[in-house]
Amino acid sequence: MKLKKTFVLGAVMAGLLGSGLATANEEQFIGLPSYRVGPYAAGGSGLFGGWIDYMQLVNERDGGVNGVKLTWEECETEYNNARGVECYERLKKKGSTGNSVFQPVSTGITYSVLDKVAQDKIPMVTIGYGRTDAADGRIFPWVFPMITTYWSQASAIVNYIGTKEGGMDKLKGKKIGLLYHDSAYGKESHAIMDKLAAKHGFEVIKIAVAHPGNEQQSQWLQIRQAKPDYVVLWGWGVMNPTAIKAAAKTGFPREKLIGVWWSGAEEDTIPAGPAAKGFIAAGFNVAGANYPVVADIKKHVYGKSKGNMEDKTRVGSVYYNRGVVHGIITVEAIRKAQEKYGKGKALTGEQVRWGFENLNLDDARLKALGATGFMPPLKITCADHEGPGKVKFQQWDGNQWKVITDWVESDRPLVRGMIEESAAAYAKEKGIKPRDCSKES
Amino acid sequence: MQFFIEVLVGGLLSGVMYALVALGFVLIYKASGVFNFAQGAMVFFAALTFVGFQEVLPGWLGLEADSSAVFWLAFLLAFVAMIVLGIATERIVLRPLVNQPHITLFMATIGLTYVVEGIAQMVWGANVRGLDLGIVDEPIAWLMDNYEIGVSKFDLFAAGVAASLVALLAILFQYTKVGRALRAVADDHQAALSIGIPLQTIWRVVWAVAGFVALVAGMIWGARNGVQFALTFTALKALPVLILGGFTSVPGAIIGGLIIGASEKLAEVYVGPFVGGGIEGWFPYMLALAFLLVRPEGLFGEKHIDRV
Repeated sequence: MKLKKTFVLGAVMAGLLGSGLATANEEQFIGLPSYRVGPYAAGGSGLFGGWIDYMQLVNERDGGVNGVKLTWEECETEYNNARGVECYERLKKKGSTGNSVFQPVSTGITYSVLDKVAQDKIPMVTIGYGRTDAADGRIFPWVFPMITTYWSQASAIVNYIGTKEGGMDKLKGKKIGLLYHDSAYGKESHAIMDKLAAKHGFEVIKIAVAHPGNEQQSQWLQIRQAKPDYVVLWGWGVMNPTAIKAAAKTGFPREKLIGVWWSGAEEDTIPAGPAAKGFIAAGFNVAGANYPVVADIKKHVYGKSKGNMEDKTRVGSVYYNRGVVHGIITVEAIRKAQEKYGKGKALTGEQVRWGFENLNLDDARLKALGATGFMPPLKITCADHEGPGKVKFQQWDGNQWKVITDWVESDRPLVRGMIEESAAAYAKEKGIKPRDCSKES
Repeated sequence: MQFFIEVLVGGLLSGVMYALVALGFVLIYKASGVFNFAQGAMVFFAALTFVGFQEVLPGWLGLEADSSAVFWLAFLLAFVAMIVLGIATERIVLRPLVNQPHITLFMATIGLTYVVEGIAQMVWGANVRGLDLGIVDEPIAWLMDNYEIGVSKFDLFAAGVAASLVALLAILFQYTKVGRALRAVADDHQAALSIGIPLQTIWRVVWAVAGFVALVAGMIWGARNGVQFALTFTALKALPVLILGGFTSVPGAIIGGLIIGASEKLAEVYVGPFVGGGIEGWFPYMLALAFLLVRPEGLFGEKHIDRV
């Protein structure tokens, strides 16, 4: 009898210890399809460095998300679609619950795995890139083009130009040049710019730059001949510094050259040298190391020599901070999902998807995270997978980016109308029945 | 008319920049009959090594970062690095492949491309760097004021550098012992060896000279667009130049560059708007293809005659 009691007690103790150990060992796996070599490595190393540093911060400072340690594995895509798909397949079953979120950081890879994520029940988050109409969550439940889409960005840029001119009515008769990367990414701007031009009465002069864009003599001569009031730079990689230098060479004022968020990093302005002074760019995150969240990373991560950035001077740069934004959104979605599916538990991709869809980073939460002003408040719903659609504008002063506006809104009714129209056409083509969001909980 | 002249002059000057890269291809092809696929990677490697040394030398030697001593020392060290790369290429890649078909050597240079790109980023990192040669990329004021034609000072400087390089290389090939040996090796490896020409030494020399050309091209392209991985893409601009000018002609690279530069700019400005723009990526290749049909050896290339 005594032996039996001892055995039962031992079993209970072992069970408790076992469960305790299990809790302590819970890990949430996040697969990172990164690009640290190849043509876009400079941006990739900053973005993924910031992202990993934030996750490291959560592990070091907080012991993980409610005790669940974050783990990750990078897979090198070299920004190549085929490799991106390979990485998706390689990462999807890693970790105790499989990959909980896939963030390809490439519009091409986004399109390549669009159908796969729905089949595998892994949410795909595309912050500031990807398929714009996927913002309609009724039709794209597994895709989250968060914070702002390309269409919202274009609209916010036009709104900013309107403000500079003294009102949207002042845009009538103006000319806006659109210097775009001749790819699906660059052409994503056409439809919205045409709509905005028709609405506000300005003329859009579209000028294509063939990949990679390291030679733009003829494009800038065309710009000089057309004499636009502003030029929107919709570039990527080497196209950006080349455009900025060519603008200087043709005498186009840099204060009227406005880049998109993939044109507005230190990697775009430093190679352009003094020619970049005055250049303005949009961003859904800002540059700077004087935010509490970045200060915490320096203290808890770099203070323990666990930082990911080889070049520590890049901490606080545009791409680095963009990586931190990726980290914040990922971690907060996991935290939100744990509220529903159990605190301290590792979650599946399907459960984390719910976290993304119910994410609410309001001012209070951003303040608690030390990210006030660092990124816009963000609320995602079943129908709206985009969120605020706002950007800030920064200006290069010759040495660093200076924020020159508050969050600038896009023309939400116009953009949302276009998103719903495009998503409905996609649903019709694919035979998808839109979700009824009133029935989602 | 002013606009036409501006496009034409701009195109000619851009063509000189392409020719600078094409020269490296010509040198190696002339001496070894190898189309060096790694030339773009060498341009990147050279420029990155130069700016890399510019960054570290002030710390190592306690010199002012923007002093001319740092500039010339970095230039010298980058050149030494290119010589080392050339010797290593000869020892590891080319020597085991002597007398193998040209396609084998070509395939070896494809592999070399990835190795060189990888080593460059491993040693110096993937950060984008600026490079200031002290020449502003702005239009010449009096041309702009009097004729409203924008011709960049930097482009003129690049043209001057290219012209000097061509003159130097022409002297090297035509009037020196090494030059004659280079041409002999290019004609027939075995025949050159049989008359006592040291094939390995000649290859080392030519790869070192091609490394020097890559360094100059990398510095000029790097000063214009930043030193970054995209420098490897400059090779894409050089290919149609080579087809047009001929793979074995130094002056051909320059003339080919001028024709490609001018025609792609004129096409982009005057034809581009009717077909959606962005045609200067493929237009030079189309032109080169059309040219191949008429004159396969290029403008100045050696005509290939087989006795049957």
